[in-house]
Amino acid sequence: MRKVVMGDRLDRVEGQLKVTGVARYAAEYNLPGVAHGVLVTSSIPRGRISKIDTKAAERAPGVLAVVTHENAPEVPGYEASVNNEGSRVYGQEFRLFYDDKILHNFQPVALVVADTYERAVHGAFLVSIGYEKELHNTSLRDNLDDAFTPADQKDHKRGRPDAYKEAPVLVEQEYHTPIQVHNPMETHSTTALWEGDKKVKVYNKTQATKISQKEISKAFDLEKENVEAHSPFVGGAFGSSSRLWPQEMAAIMGAKVTGRPVKVMLMRDQVFNMVGYRPASVQYFSVGATAEGKLLGIAHHARGFTSRYEQFTERLLDPTKSMYSCPNMDTSYKLVSLDMSTPCWTRGPGETSGSFALESAMDELAYALKMDPLELRKINYAEKDPENDKPWSSNYLLQCYERGAERFGWSRRNPEPRSMREGEWLVGLGMASGIYKAARDRAEARVKLLADGSVLLRSAVADVGPGSATIFTQIAADRLGLPMEKVRFEWGNSVFPYAPGQFGSHTTASVGSAVYEVCTDLKQRLQELAVNQPGSPLYGAQAADLFFEGNTLKTKTGNASLRYADVLELHALKELEVSRESRGGPELDEFSSKSFCANFVEVRVHAATGEVRVAKVVSAVDAGKIMNHKTAESQVYGSVVWGIGIALMEEGIIDHRFGRHLNNDLADYHVPINADVPDIDVIFTDLEDPIVDPMGAKGIGEIPLIGFTAAIANAVYHATGKRITKLPITPDKLL
Amino acid sequence: MANRKIVATKLRANDLILCSSNENLMAKEENSGKILPESRTDKKYNEARRTFLKQSSLLTALALAPPAVVKAAEAGLDEKVADQFEKVPLSLEINGELKKLSVEPRTTLLDLLREQLDLTGTKKGCDYGQCGACTVHADGQRINSCLSLTVMQEGKKITTIEGLATGDELHPMQAAFIEYDGFQCGYCTPGQIMSGVACIREGHANSESEIREYMSGNICRCGAYPNIIKAITAVKKGGKKV
Ligand code: FES
Ligand code: FES
Repeated sequence: MRKVVMGDRLDRVEGQLKVTGVARYAAEYNLPGVAHGVLVTSSIPRGRISKIDTKAAERAPGVLAVVTHENAPEVPGYEASVNNEGSRVYGQEFRLFYDDKILHNFQPVALVVADTYERAVHGAFLVSIGYEKELHNTSLRDNLDDAFTPADQKDHKRGRPDAYKEAPVLVEQEYHTPIQVHNPMETHSTTALWEGDKKVKVYNKTQATKISQKEISKAFDLEKENVEAHSPFVGGAFGSSSRLWPQEMAAIMGAKVTGRPVKVMLMRDQVFNMVGYRPASVQYFSVGATAEGKLLGIAHHARGFTSRYEQFTERLLDPTKSMYSCPNMDTSYKLVSLDMSTPCWTRGPGETSGSFALESAMDELAYALKMDPLELRKINYAEKDPENDKPWSSNYLLQCYERGAERFGWSRRNPEPRSMREGEWLVGLGMASGIYKAARDRAEARVKLLADGSVLLRSAVADVGPGSATIFTQIAADRLGLPMEKVRFEWGNSVFPYAPGQFGSHTTASVGSAVYEVCTDLKQRLQELAVNQPGSPLYGAQAADLFFEGNTLKTKTGNASLRYADVLELHALKELEVSRESRGGPELDEFSSKSFCANFVEVRVHAATGEVRVAKVVSAVDAGKIMNHKTAESQVYGSVVWGIGIALMEEGIIDHRFGRHLNNDLADYHVPINADVPDIDVIFTDLEDPIVDPMGAKGIGEIPLIGFTAAIANAVYHATGKRITKLPITPDKLL
Repeated sequence: MANRKIVATKLRANDLILCSSNENLMAKEENSGKILPESRTDKKYNEARRTFLKQSSLLTALALAPPAVVKAAEAGLDEKVADQFEKVPLSLEINGELKKLSVEPRTTLLDLLREQLDLTGTKKGCDYGQCGACTVHADGQRINSCLSLTVMQEGKKITTIEGLATGDELHPMQAAFIEYDGFQCGYCTPGQIMSGVACIREGHANSESEIREYMSGNICRCGAYPNIIKAITAVKKGGKKV
């Protein structure tokens, strides 16, 4: 029975379920009588439905119902929402089967429910729809003049915003990033089941069971307790399952209409323009510095896009505001409304695109200064957060630079572009820094000590892959001095204690703190029970004379002790339950809390074909204290693989004549495959942050991705002498 | 990208297409030559009757269904369409168990496993043969079950992730995936494991770069690739029978 410590490289607690195929995901609950729903989607980007003929579908064998805007059950929440108050996106949420309006291509316009999947698919193809088209716009670049400042944004300026213009050394550049689609391996899925008129249960793909519960109860005007969102296994999400989407609404409506459980699993081509994506950006970036390389001023004007019905905003400017010490700044962020579905949070939402501009520009500046790009970053290190002058809660970026550069062998880099070569391959070395907020939110946890001395721990939190379930089990085992087997953690259900969504790299800090604190409370409570009971061997003992060792409370003199289970027995208790809400103190506001990283990348560019291969990656990360090195490394791998995808291949391509995606499947929309990914060397500073949470952890899910695409672009420049400012870096751009 | 092993197809779930069942399972474009699976020519298909009315759960559903549904059904079943839904009897072995089934000809092996046999360990990531999540073994060879119609599997031995372990003992590849953290969300994992086992059996696991190539038909969006390589390498080096 080895003592469990936070940080240990432990296997995932749900690993066995995943490798044996036992873990069930949202569309895998084959409930008795379950029917299959398939969505029919629009083939135009804008206009209205002039006629919808469902007769053939209704007549088809096995079809139970066809739901359209003409017969859909009423959704009370749709009527009530004015500018979607209380929601995280400003505007009018998309309303499924609400009216005849078409707001984007691939908009769901009908749901065919049948007794088998094949019959539902066939039925869906029998629905015939007539449209009245209207002129549409789906291109960000063609509509930049219509950009507006979103309701929730303010331009950030500091010092003399124009100072960069007078700088002795000035770099000005325009950067573009394309649409990226999350494409989790599990498409968006829901199985819905009504229990009577007033109660619904969804087996749902969601990163946030509590948000799911809240939004469904609002939409259908149900008591919160009567909505259960069950989501222990999620086949990847990356931000794309953090709000209510059409497949959930469709499954719930389908189940209502047919009186049977209904499952809806989106087809791969449907996820590209229905359930969020990372919007494209156009960014104008200027940076001015002294001849010695000290930054004098930055101007960063970013343009993104959103749908016509909501204003989805990203944090494109955040890295620019805080990464480097720079006294003068002028930033703005504007959106263009397009005939597209609303984008949504995508791993490093904003920071990923924004940092491509910032970190590419820093590289260009280094060349303009004839300075080592790493050196340039070091001399502009910010001692405190330049955005608000708050001290960092912790910042080991300099250590990331040092250790990363050493491991990578940065010193072997000949600064001259196109100077390193291996046979037919041009070799390039590039680097970039990253910064990402280390937030903490309110969370609750409940722990129950059972008679056999084991504990049951619960939280509504999701675990879409980061390993949160393992980490929370581990934190509890560490705090309670128990082996992992004695801690059972249950998660992924809205009936459990409150947890924020698993996004924004704040799950460990938020829920982990609640787990940490509830375990401390449990021990406290056990100690009270041990000393206040006459007949207890520890009766009347003073707190100062007691200590816990493993699952045993002992006196320092060593003459008496009680195990957890003994305390229960002493009080004739079957179990002991303790709950805790955790939210962090005012110190959180006094500091600026961020995770940091330095990524080093070696690429090979084929001299004749322009093919880019990533040959080596070193990712040095300051994410505070690491809770489990095994799962944490996997998180970094994930970010690096995403970085390779965004930098080199991923691009949602739209044919603007039709306002429709051209490459909405996994053969044409390229994501990195095994052969695209090299060895990835991960370095953690593994040093505690004293402010964010009691474990000393900061977030880790997103930070290694920030700046990563620029590290590749910078390496490609070093290899070829070509500065690629429009992602992805495909071979055609290098020839 | 280069080295992409994915078969690019445009096979949509509803297309009534028969696919060849050779090793490089390649779907045919609609309207191009339809290839009948070999097994079909050996078997009698004349038992196929218009049994779907009896077999389908439609009637049960009708009894429970609200008025809207009854209305849809009253509209009558289109006989011509019905012709296409006749079920075909077939037998195949799944995870060591002989199954006698009656399936619609258009049912893919993947949907049969997931929706009719409740073997949901095999995953659907794309349904078009582009991701590998649905990888199973048919007579020991890895195939994309979404690209394979069930009727093509007559008489074959299918192994899914549920059939890989021996009793309570994990298959070495399953154990290695846990030890090396070869997954995050776990959704691509059954496919990766089935592919990984086949990769070793095929003799394609002799170096990390070879494994990378031969595992490139299995997408992992979580990016667990480095650990997948470690797991397969360890199993190969461990020398246990896979
Ligand atoms: S589901 Fe079969 S290859 Fe993707
Ligand atoms: S583990 Fe999530 S897709 Fe591979």
